[in-house]
Order: sequence, then structure tokens, then C-alpha cells
Amino acid sequence: MPTICFYFQVHQPFRLRHYTVFERSSSYFDEFKNASVCRKVANKCYLPTNRLLLETIRRFDGRFRIAFSITGVLLEQFEKYCPEVISTFDALAQTGCVEFLAETYYHSLSFLYSPDEFVEQVEQHVQKIQDMFGQTPRIFRNTELIYNNDLAHAVESIGRFDGIITEGADHILGHRNANFVYRPPNSERLKLLLKNYSLSDDIAFRFSNRHWEAFPLTAEKFAQWVNSVNGNGHVVNLFMDYETFGEHQWEDTGIFQFMAHLPEMVLRHPDNNFMTPSEVVDAYPAMDVVDVPHIISWADTERDLSAWLGNAMQSNALHEVYRLEKMIKNVRDERLLADWRRLQTSDHFYYMCTKYFSDGDVHKYFNPYDSPYDSYINFMNVLDNLKRRCNLLAAERVSQSLA
Amino acid sequence: MKVFMLGWEFPPFISGGLGTACYGLTKAMSQAGIEVIFVLPQSIDIPQATHVKMLTPYSSFRGDRFSHDYSGLEHIRIKTIDSPLQAYATPDQYQKQLQALIDLKRSKHRISEVHGQEVLEELLRMHGGDAPRSGHYGGDMFSEIHRYAGSAVRLALEEDFDVVHAHDWMTYPAGIAVSAVMGKPLIVHIHSTEFDRSGEHVNQGIYDIERRGLHAADRIIAVSHMTRNIVITRYGVPGEKVEVIYNGVERNARQNWNFTPTPIRSDEKIVLFLGRITMQKGPEYFLMAAKKVLEEIENVKFVMAGSGDMMQRTIEMAAEMGIGQKVLFTGFLRGEDVERVYKMADLYVMPSVSEPFGIAPLEALNHDVPVLISKQSGVSEVLTHVLKVDFWDVVEMANKIVAVLKYPPLQMTLREHGNFEVRKLRWADAAEKCGRIYEELLVQV
Repeated sequence: MPTICFYFQVHQPFRLRHYTVFERSSSYFDEFKNASVCRKVANKCYLPTNRLLLETIRRFDGRFRIAFSITGVLLEQFEKYCPEVISTFDALAQTGCVEFLAETYYHSLSFLYSPDEFVEQVEQHVQKIQDMFGQTPRIFRNTELIYNNDLAHAVESIGRFDGIITEGADHILGHRNANFVYRPPNSERLKLLLKNYSLSDDIAFRFSNRHWEAFPLTAEKFAQWVNSVNGNGHVVNLFMDYETFGEHQWEDTGIFQFMAHLPEMVLRHPDNNFMTPSEVVDAYPAMDVVDVPHIISWADTERDLSAWLGNAMQSNALHEVYRLEKMIKNVRDERLLADWRRLQTSDHFYYMCTKYFSDGDVHKYFNPYDSPYDSYINFMNVLDNLKRRCNLLAAERVSQSLA
Repeated sequence: MKVFMLGWEFPPFISGGLGTACYGLTKAMSQAGIEVIFVLPQSIDIPQATHVKMLTPYSSFRGDRFSHDYSGLEHIRIKTIDSPLQAYATPDQYQKQLQALIDLKRSKHRISEVHGQEVLEELLRMHGGDAPRSGHYGGDMFSEIHRYAGSAVRLALEEDFDVVHAHDWMTYPAGIAVSAVMGKPLIVHIHSTEFDRSGEHVNQGIYDIERRGLHAADRIIAVSHMTRNIVITRYGVPGEKVEVIYNGVERNARQNWNFTPTPIRSDEKIVLFLGRITMQKGPEYFLMAAKKVLEEIENVKFVMAGSGDMMQRTIEMAAEMGIGQKVLFTGFLRGEDVERVYKMADLYVMPSVSEPFGIAPLEALNHDVPVLISKQSGVSEVLTHVLKVDFWDVVEMANKIVAVLKYPPLQMTLREHGNFEVRKLRWADAAEKCGRIYEELLVQV
């Protein structure tokens, strides 16, 4: 009896404005661009999809269930630029059929660089979700589904989570498949939900591809594929960017109709149902231990970190950001801390990726820069100014304490 | 396949990218088995040419003075026509040069020693004998171009070939004439237009020659889409006639040449401008950016390698801006000196106002030097692992220069990827595309 577990990732970064080395201003972010991207995506994706999902949940009277992970930086932007989106997410929360997951508030790579910062950001995000939707997340997902045994250990020691979501990469599973619940080694409490990347990508990437042999994908066809998991799995984890609906796949591809019909087609089979991640964790036992000594992610075909850490500029920029941690935290300035944290959002480093740059592809999505070099230059100029501010404040603190 | 090719310059006697391009292209053609008869206007020693030490015709290409590598040019024969035409010259410069030439000859009381009476007589015959005896060159650049055309036709009559391929405007009248007399298709290769060289202040005479050449051509090869657009919009040429073939670059056969650069000062960074110092190349934008860079960092020198009609003005400008001690002028560099200056450079900047292609950045990348180019260049269509900026945006130009000097990982990544990317731009591909165009035209005939 396959359960379908939908989780949608909802995120937009605070994009930086053009910032030359000659500037001294402490406003780093492109208000206009961020507002316009936010409103544009809200109109094309968030609002219509939320409306559709709300109707569907009501229509199926609790049998259609989904989960979201909305980053803190996007929730802030919603509050600023399009509060109406928040009320539609809140309406979804009120149905009792929608779960909110926890992640790092700033959609950061902090786990790789600073355990303390990582925990602080997770707690900040949990707090935000409680404040906005009245739920306490029980399931954790890390930025870009980056995962290894150490992450499981770090998340377990936070003490509030029952499960982690990550990629069902072939090489960690071996002969096993992603359609069961697993657990990390040496863990008492945590369970692992692994993304069924094949069925997820059928919707997220291949849906409108006319050269794909399964084109056009109908809800009926997809439901049959789900049914065929019957007997060889408990749960089909469909994890994808929320922007799949209306943005990566435009409205005219029929993605909304697909989604509108999917629950009905899936539920036609009496053994099928929908669950949220924490319900899956409660319902199914862990079948095996999955050992992940090396880091995985859901990015590109490599499923590794190379999209954020693939060249010298990226690793330099990341190191420079985290090198400031102690100094920033010592000066105890709210605004400085928030600016520094916004610079940790993984998108900034993704823009610096040179991997597929010549070919041009998904890496271009809402990328405000013409080239990875431009993005690195801009980022480093901003970071330079941040450092300057930090030094000035530190000096001030010293003179205050002397006075 | 045999090509009758008309050019202006050929290494080592070059003052710009055209000679490099002709060399690379013909070498690759030769390797692809295409035979090339390369016709070149060749002038004799004149004091005016500061950067080029011209050898007399016929001996020049055996010249061991520069020991240029001519291997791989087996299928190429070079024919020269004695003429003071020089690449990138303007009618004014031509007049000066011609005067210098005549003065020189007068002082020596003889004409060019290699050119016997025989050649002279032929030339006189062609011009109806009314040309003044002291100068068998045309009295102005335009009539010289037409005289060159006449000589080219004479040369062509003795040769057997399939197509005529003419490089840039000075050779267009010759191309048209040869094509018409011999009944062979004409390919016009446009490396630069009058609008690139002179902005909106075009020389009407040159424009007319270009326009006539472009319209007479059976096919036009533009070195970039930027140039193709100019050809279409400014010269009224139908788009289907114009193809884009990008230039390439020769991969350096790394000589085991151990040069350890002596830095000007050990902690000093070097930003390099290498090219003709003319309006088209935007030297003043380089200076303005330099000034801005110096507000932010101290330990940097700006090297301007090249000569040109704006050199004096540029030196003065640097002084006026108060950055004279930070800007070094080397004059025109060649051979080992070019290698040396690349080895010392931390960044190569090409701030061209209008650059149809721009081979120099490719050479910089070939020498592991990261590159900053203006978006107003054809080469920016093909390079991705370089920094790009609008030539007029000097603040952004300075911003990027500072970034390269300040953040070593940027320099490292640019160098690594850039050097790899430049290997994909091969003359062999350009030669193959030219070959395909020849075939197409021959089928049509």
C-alpha cells in the first residue's frame, strides 16, 4: 500500500544589489528586485497553487495531505512584499492536513562550517514556524537535502526531531529502494525519508519535456506508476521545489490540472493514501540502517556539493563568511548579525558555480548575475563592507567599555 | 581548392590583429589542404614606421631577423606588391608616409634596390606613364588602392585559382577587379568596419569602398555577430549573404623558455593594456578606470603596451590626471617582449569602444592571464570565463580590476577556466567554415 508523501520546498533568497568596492553603504539587498521576484512568483505559483491545494484538501475531506518547508528568509519577504501569501499558507495550516518542516532559517550551509550557527538557525526557524502557523516541526530537512551521518547525529542531539528528509541517492541505497523508511546508524529516535527522485523529477523536471517518451504525463498515468510500487515499498516520497507549479512548469503546460486530478487518481486504488512526513514516521517502521559517511545532496546529477563548493571562489567566499562568526557574535548588533546571516543563504554561492556556466541551464533560474565571476565580486565587496562595519563596532565597544 | 587571397599584413610585419588572423587562418587552411596564394602590399624601409622594421620585398619572408615560425604554411605562396599601404592607416598617415618614402628615395638617389627597372616600367605603363617619376606610388591612398587593384589583377592573370578572398577594405577594389576579370566568386572578409575605427566620424571614401566591396561580394564573412549587424544595418547588405566565422588562437607551443619576471616592485600588481593606442581601443577609459582603482589600492602599476595616433594624447592625459607615475608606456612590443609582459601581468584589460573581434584577449588567456573585456567586442560573444564591462562604465571597470587584484581566488578561477575555454577556439574550425563557404559558392557557379 504505497503512501504518497508530498513535500514542497519554498524558498527565495535576499538577492544582493550591485555593490562596487567603492561603496560604503550598509544596505546590501536589492529591495526592488526581491520585491518584484517575490510578487511575480507569488502570482504565478504560490497564490494559485495554494488555492488549488486548499480546494483539493477540502474536497477530499482530510484524505489529501501535504508538507511544506518555507525558509525564514522567504517568510520575511512575504511579510514585507506580499502578506496575502502568508494568509493563504495559514489557511492551509488551519486544515490540519498540512505539515511544516524545519530547516535552517537562512537556507544556509552552516552545517558544513559551524555547528553552533547551524543549531541557532534551526531553532530560529522552528520559532518562526510556531509564531506564524502554530505548529512545532517534528521533521528536519537540510538545505538542498545535504546530508550525512554527522548531520543525523547533529539533528538528533537537538532533541526535537523524529525524522530527516534527504535524497534517495542510488549509491547510498545499493540494492535497496527509496520507498521505505530507514534510519541512520547509531540513532534511537530518527527516521529517514528518502526522496524518490525518479517519480519526483517526472513532475518537477520532465513534465513538459516533449522529447520524453512518457510525454504527456497525465494524472492517471502517474497514479499507475505509483500503484506499481505496491508490494515493493511503503511510501513514495515526492519532494520538489514549490516553484515547479507555475514557474518551472508554466501554467500552460497543464501542471495545475495534473495536480488537481492527481489525488483522485491515486485514491482510486483503495490501498493508496496520502500522509505528511511525520505521519509516515509514525506509521512505518525503519526497514534498515542507511550509512552515509560522505555528503550527499539533491543537486544536479552528481548529487554532491559541487554546485556550492566546486571552485576556488565558492570555497573562499564561504570560508570568509564563517571566519567572521566569532567577531560578529561578539559585537552583539542585531542588524549586523541579520545581514551576516542573510549572506549565508546558499543561493549566493550557487550563483558562483562555474560547472555548467558555459552551457547555461537550471543554474540560471532567477540568477541576478551575468556570470559567476560577477556574483563573486559583488559578494566579496559586500562581505568586505560587513567586515569593516564589524571592526568599527568592535572598536566602539572597546572605547565604550573604557569610558 | 585554391584561393587567391588579398591581405594587408602578415607576421612578423604586423601592427594589429589582422596580420595575426591572416596567419592563423591561412596556416589552418594549409593544413586542411587548401592552397592559398597570399597577396600582400609590401613597402620598403621608411623611417616613419616606428614599430615596424620593414624588410625589402622578396627577402622579407626568408627574413631570419625575427625567425618567425613559418612551418605549417606549405600550401601557401606569398606574393607581394610593392606598395606603402599599411594596415590601419588613414589617408592622412598615408600622405605622411608617402612623403617620407619619397624623401628617403631622393636622399638615396635611387629607388628600391630589389625592384629593377623592369618593375618600375610596368607600373608606369599601367598608370599611363603620367605618374611623377620620383614616386611610382599613387599620389593619395585611394589611387594607391586602385593601383594595388591593378597589380593584383596582373598577378592573378598568371595564377590558377577557384575563389577570391579579400581581407578588409583596402583590398576590396582589388578583390572586385580580380573576381570580375577572372570570373571567380568573391568572398569579402570583414575584420573591422569604418564605424569601428572612427565612430560616427566616418571617412566617406573608405565607407564607399567598403560598401562597394560588401555589395559586390558573393559572400561576406564577419568576425562576429556584432560586426554582422553593422554590415547589415550600416551598409544595407542582405543578412543571408553574411556569415559569422569567429577567429581562433594558436595554442602556444610552450617554449622551454625560462623567464623569471623581475617585478617592478615585489608586491606590485600589474594591469596590462596591450593594443594600438587609438580611439577605437578606448585608452582614455583605461586611464579613467586606473585613476579610480588607485583610490582603492596603492601597489599597482598600469602598463600600456602599444603605439598609435592617440599615444601622445594618452601620455599627457595620464599626467593631467596625476597618475603619470603609475602608468607606464612601453611602445609597440613584439616577440619575446610580448611574452614577458604577459608573464608579469595580473590582468589584461581591453576597454575597446568598438572591437569587431579582438584576438589579443585570446592570447592573454593563452598566456594564463585573466581578462577583462568590453561588452562592445565580438570576442565577448564567444568567451564566458572572462570579466565583461561596458567600455564607458569606468567605475565598474575599476571595480572589477580591484576585485581581481584583491581576491586571489577570482584570478585563479578565471585563469583556470579561461585557459581551458580558449582551447576551444581553433583556427582549424574557422578554416573549415571558410572551406565550406568556398564549396557552396563553387556549386552555385
